[in-house]
Amino acid sequence: MSDFFGLFLSAMFVDNMPLTLFLGLCTFLALSRRPGTAVGLGIAVIAAMGFTVPLNQLIYTSVLAPGALAWAGFPDLDLSYLSLLSFIGVIAATVQLTEMVIDRFFPRIYAAFGVFLPLLTVHCAILAGSLFMVERNLTFTQSIAFGLGSGAGFAIAVITLSAIRVRLAYADLPSGLRGLGITFLLTGLMSLGFSAFAQMVAQ
Amino acid sequence: MAASPRLWTTLTEPLIRQNPITLQILGICSALAVTTALDTALTMAASLTVVLVLSAGIISMIRKMIPGTIRLIVQITIVASLVIVIDQILQAYFFDISRRLSVFVSLITTNCLVLGRTESFARNNPPLASMVDALGNGLGYSLILVVIGALREVLGRGKLFGFEVLPTVDQGGWFTPFNLMLLAPSAFFMLGGLVWAVRSALPEQAEPIEHTPPEVEEPSR
Repeated sequence: MSDFFGLFLSAMFVDNMPLTLFLGLCTFLALSRRPGTAVGLGIAVIAAMGFTVPLNQLIYTSVLAPGALAWAGFPDLDLSYLSLLSFIGVIAATVQLTEMVIDRFFPRIYAAFGVFLPLLTVHCAILAGSLFMVERNLTFTQSIAFGLGSGAGFAIAVITLSAIRVRLAYADLPSGLRGLGITFLLTGLMSLGFSAFAQMVAQ
Repeated sequence: MAASPRLWTTLTEPLIRQNPITLQILGICSALAVTTALDTALTMAASLTVVLVLSAGIISMIRKMIPGTIRLIVQITIVASLVIVIDQILQAYFFDISRRLSVFVSLITTNCLVLGRTESFARNNPPLASMVDALGNGLGYSLILVVIGALREVLGRGKLFGFEVLPTVDQGGWFTPFNLMLLAPSAFFMLGGLVWAVRSALPEQAEPIEHTPPEVEEPSR
């Protein structure tokens, strides 16, 4: 259990997706203007990562990993080069399916979060979650912790950034720095703060 | 050829004026993660440009056959197949660099730049124009990557391409490397500064003020 929690925390703070690994930055920067949208995006990312990372782990270990098809008579088969294609397929299909289900049964939630769902297909952090899962050889339980933790890390970062940006609405910035420029500097400062968490898991 | 001046602007516009990173905010993820050294930055820039040009060409060729509702999945599948090819080539011939780039080559698939250009340009234009547009955007992206990669490597290690440029203190020189340059935050600061510089040079790129401050009269005493 402590392993589960430790992995969750380290995925959330130490390997924070946008701030230390630079993943998912496009949506991170584009949708952090208002805290409301940021909360919606954060929830959508947590749900998507918590679901697709374990699912991809199952697919990888049972079909794609070298020697996984030994029971079917192909002990030498190594399909791992197909992992990228199948992961992105799973993610795209999950997102599309969720969108349709929510639209059909929960129209009010769809009105609030629906706009973010298609964006999740091209969200680097979600695909990277599955790729890191393969690179680090996580087990099924570990992959659940890792997926949820990374999603929560993204949510924290994007909500914090949007809160700061709202405060800056009336700030008198140089015109060249307005918008994108100041957001980068803010993200840099936040990333500097998050690098302090790197000490947390070392022991 | 009458169309050539238009193609030329399609190629040169994205270099500085419509730069994908500083103006369109596309493809930033990889731009920052791979720029700790110049050689990884160059490899990444080259791979992305190749994928971008080829996918724009292919998608533009079959653009009339893709049904609108599933076009995103079709496009992603095409891009992902191209990325797998590039990844295998890198692993075969440049194993060291490919290991240092780790998952970031695979992440070209979800690079917003690739899908952004195919969605907004290749879908509505003939193959030649789309490929030229893709090449221009790829070069604009590469330009930023190379600038940031070179700056970070020189300031962080005193080297360029692994060769000594500024003699460092522990080698008996005068230059103390900034270790911060190799860490994550400096990439953000660097890109923020670059955006500031570009937008100061080209003031028409500055974003409009979102909230105009209300006119408040100074309290008179």
